[in-house]
Amino acid sequence: MNKFLEALNSGKILLCDGAMGTELQKRGLPTGACPEEFNISNPEVIKNIHRDYFIAGSDIVETNSFGANRARLKLHGFEDRVKEFCFAAAHLANSVRPNGKFIAGSMGPTGELLEPLGTLSEKDAYNIFSEQAIALEQGGVDVLFIETMMAPEEATIAVKAAKENTKLPVVASMTFELGNAGLRTMWGIDVKTAAQKYTEAGADVIGANCGKGFDEMIAIIKELRPLTDKPIIAQANAGIPEWIHGMSVYTETPEVIASKAHEIINAGVNIIGGCCGTGPEHIRKIKEILDRYFESRI
Amino acid sequence: MKEELFKELSQAVIEGNKDRSIELTNKLLELGIDAKIILDHGLLPGMEVVGIRFRDNIIFVPQVLISARAMKSSLAILEPLLSKADLKGSGTIIMGTVKGDIHDIGKNIVSMMLRSSGFTVIDLGIDTKVEKFLDAIKNENADIVGMSALLTTTMGYMKVVVDRIKEEEINVKTMVGGAPISKAFAMEVGADGYAKNATDAVKLAKQLIGLESKETKIEQIS
Repeated sequence: MNKFLEALNSGKILLCDGAMGTELQKRGLPTGACPEEFNISNPEVIKNIHRDYFIAGSDIVETNSFGANRARLKLHGFEDRVKEFCFAAAHLANSVRPNGKFIAGSMGPTGELLEPLGTLSEKDAYNIFSEQAIALEQGGVDVLFIETMMAPEEATIAVKAAKENTKLPVVASMTFELGNAGLRTMWGIDVKTAAQKYTEAGADVIGANCGKGFDEMIAIIKELRPLTDKPIIAQANAGIPEWIHGMSVYTETPEVIASKAHEIINAGVNIIGGCCGTGPEHIRKIKEILDRYFESRI
Repeated sequence: MKEELFKELSQAVIEGNKDRSIELTNKLLELGIDAKIILDHGLLPGMEVVGIRFRDNIIFVPQVLISARAMKSSLAILEPLLSKADLKGSGTIIMGTVKGDIHDIGKNIVSMMLRSSGFTVIDLGIDTKVEKFLDAIKNENADIVGMSALLTTTMGYMKVVVDRIKEEEINVKTMVGGAPISKAFAMEVGADGYAKNATDAVKLAKQLIGLESKETKIEQIS
């Protein structure tokens, strides 16, 4: 069995890392630049981010490849460098990986609309995700994280492309927001439908990432837990960003999320981590809570 | 009969029934009804409902896009018949997703709602650099510039644009929006206004050019 799934099945709650994008900005990524190109031009920055997360206690770090698909890279004129960026992303994470820890290949949306609302065909979307998933597997990741999905069709295609073209386990999450109709993605997909779609597509772990902070994440996990037997992932944002001294600063500090992480754990997650605005300090706090949680159970 | 047809046209837009929307638009024209009246009494009220339902989470992005398609198909029939004066209504707005960001669904929805409310919208598309914004503002003699971002890694670019506008003392109002954007963020970057959704964006735009009085609900930054 895949080592990652083995670890997950052992009953341990795995700690993922925090954000890549906002960390990159803190460490010099210019506004509007291609984050994945940093794998080539600034590899030390990427390695340092991964290293900091491992030191903070992460069991899993995500590669800097969220936007490394043909559709998104096209914006920067890098559409023919998918393989190069994904390889580099996987190698950089692997080069600082301690024994027994995991590398997850990050895969985000294409940023395009599928037909008939947009111009992207299902076949093209499938090929775009396959290309990225294969490159990440060849680069040496242990698992694929398909994340920040909002459109059910695109989410399903991404999971299928990953499952059908690699041997890797697939962790799949969507981004929900709380509104008058409850927790929904921008496409109107509720938690139950998201769980169904991802399960049908063959995801090994399902859950949520990004969004408006830890409070909403607690609500999402509470809703999702009774709906599925699959392991659940939760990676919340550190609240909503504010702009202070020329930097986007997130409102939920490591101290604030410390108390909330506890609730997410109690709600029944199997993988916990952070998304936009969370950094190594947030992860260190969650690690302390996880350690205490397991001590109290022994 | 005319009123009935207007209502049916609005309904076709709300449901996103493109064929029906085209059919009704042609029918109203055959009855000799002025294109501007068809727009104001049939299409726009339909889009207004769409905007409100979207704001209230009754419908979501796909439904809005389907309605927009119906609206656009009818508008394509009417546009050659509308006079320049009919088209140039409330004011001119430059819209764009900021540099480095390719997400345009939100911006497109806001642009469409603004157009539906009589604004002339110049859409600069995605990945818009500050120079492109400035050129468009000057060339179009714009009243407002609207900026959109979905990514935390790109939202900061709004400040680059706002700063340049202030530096060059260009007389234009700025409004910002997008998933990670908050009122506090808008204030920090020095924008004139922030809107949470497309319906509020229309109200905000009207306020910014003095067409509508300030309501407490709207997140205008004074």
